[in-house]
Amino acid sequence: MAETATAAFEQPESFAFDAESQAEIATTIAKYPAGKQASGVLPLLWIAQRQMGRQTNSAWVPVKAMDEIARILEIAPIRVYEVCTFYLMFNTAPVGKFHLQLCTTTPCWLRGSDDVVAACRSATGLNGWKEISADGLFSMTEVECLGACVNAPILQVNDDFYEDMDAEKTKALIEALRRGEIPKPGSMSGRQTSAPDGGPITLTTLSFAKAQ
Amino acid sequence: MLSDQDRIFTNLYGVHDWRLAGARARGDWDGTKEIIARGRDAIIDEMKASGLRGRGGAGFPTGMKWSFMPKEIGARPHYLVVNADESEPGTCKDRDILRHDPHKLVEGCLLASFAMGAHACYIYVRGEFTNEARHLQQAVDEAYEAGLIGKNACGSGWDFDCYVHRGAGAYICGEETALIESLEGKKGMPRLKPPFPAAVGLYGCPTTVNNVESIAVAPTILRRGAAWFSALGRPKNAGTKLFCISGHVNKPCNVEEELGIPLKELIEKYAGGVRGGWDNLLAVIPGGASVPLLPKATCDTILMDFDSLREVRSGLGTAAVIVMDKSTDVIRAIARLSAFYKHESCGQCTPCREGTGWMMRVMNRMVQGRAEPDEIDTLEQVTKQVEGHTICALGDAAAWPIQGLIRHFRPLMLERIQQYKSRGAARMAAE
Repeated sequence: MAETATAAFEQPESFAFDAESQAEIATTIAKYPAGKQASGVLPLLWIAQRQMGRQTNSAWVPVKAMDEIARILEIAPIRVYEVCTFYLMFNTAPVGKFHLQLCTTTPCWLRGSDDVVAACRSATGLNGWKEISADGLFSMTEVECLGACVNAPILQVNDDFYEDMDAEKTKALIEALRRGEIPKPGSMSGRQTSAPDGGPITLTTLSFAKAQ
Repeated sequence: MLSDQDRIFTNLYGVHDWRLAGARARGDWDGTKEIIARGRDAIIDEMKASGLRGRGGAGFPTGMKWSFMPKEIGARPHYLVVNADESEPGTCKDRDILRHDPHKLVEGCLLASFAMGAHACYIYVRGEFTNEARHLQQAVDEAYEAGLIGKNACGSGWDFDCYVHRGAGAYICGEETALIESLEGKKGMPRLKPPFPAAVGLYGCPTTVNNVESIAVAPTILRRGAAWFSALGRPKNAGTKLFCISGHVNKPCNVEEELGIPLKELIEKYAGGVRGGWDNLLAVIPGGASVPLLPKATCDTILMDFDSLREVRSGLGTAAVIVMDKSTDVIRAIARLSAFYKHESCGQCTPCREGTGWMMRVMNRMVQGRAEPDEIDTLEQVTKQVEGHTICALGDAAAWPIQGLIRHFRPLMLERIQQYKSRGAARMAAE
């Protein structure tokens, strides 16, 4: 599928980590041995992206944030740029408040991911990948295997997996998001996680405390 | 059928409490101190005797891998790195361990780290598993609070720290040296081996990288004994295994079964059978996207273990069973995998960087039939020029599905080409 060019956007003039992010950064850097703080590049990019999501409803990483990470970790900015652009999940351009990540790899495709993609397009009005809807609510991207294949097809919205999707469920999900509701993630067919439809047929003879 | 008493992952579906109290009720963290008291060599010997082969795809004996770590801890610290970058298409077993049984993994990390002289462990979780990583982090926090890990873990006298580190959406980071690079804060580009990670790994220190499932089964094996584990499964293919059954089955699911279970039984007993019945089966990819597919005739009798599948020129891989019924355009199914490998190639080695794109473009033409018959041979030759000519196995993984397709479905590919040609001829005649 053809990718449309990302619409023109502006990089912010500055970026500073807020108090919540700074607390996370402190605990993150402490995980790595002294002198190996460069290991913090991926975690700090995550922290920056989440902060942008909190502050602007668009979870992406501006260049100024990459520069700030380089400063904190005492590494050259290019070391952060090259990492940020290598990993698919870091958005180097703004995304919608609800970033729809559609898996179309073979296990999802076999279960009808084409229908989910079509439903996403028609329900959001987005034509291509990496566009943002005019109201800033939705953006779409095609992703490779999300690792939940027995619950295919999967639609990931921001951090959450919506599983066992079809066209109708996709439309209903997007309408709910538009109304400001966040439906409970997981299987949309109502089954117990990765157990077969109708309930587990193994592990039935053991009794333990139920999940809360 | 494997009895529930012999299943290791007793909270596979998240029916029960995944937190520490629930995990303890299911037998986790029971006698961990006593296991450590047996000593490093005894633990490694028990793991070797169990016959456990790595659950991440390659099937290398886990106990032997642990034994490659230096016997004495020198100036450089030892590390255990757990590969939770589960991204092989079709595979979703580690996800269930992370979210439903995280304490099995944390306890396994302690035992494995002790056995290889590591005081620290990093668990590298794929970026998309945000909620799963949250469960794991909570389990780690609970274990610290209860004194199970940290200083003097479980009162054993061994200091052990466990850290969760998240990736950000790169399949290649499931390759162990790419994972180490990524953990060091770099692009996930595989390293040349040798030196192997056991000599020069994370931060240049001795390191062992293990799959989540391999580590998470270790505590149970050490508690119940190597004899119990090795009695399950088949010779040289011991134990139980998490299978992921996806695609055209009536009830896709994950399930733990013995290695060596017949594929047909696995699909019919647990996944509700092939959509439209067994005779509607076209082909199965038995071990995740990288392994060659099996035509129905092979599926009728094949056993699901490392050696049986290798005999039919496929592989157990991660035991991710992708089922395709007769409605499937199998050429397109494999072409989509070619697109996957093209997308995920890190670009370091020329045969893979250029080859995956080339193979994808030719495969896309094969889907339409817009090709000459002898191009099938050219395509096969190119897969052989990529296979074995790259630093890591991604090039091989990109080549194998296409080789499997040509091996079993060449007539279909030819037919597609003929159909395209005759449509062209009809168009010409009409004009």
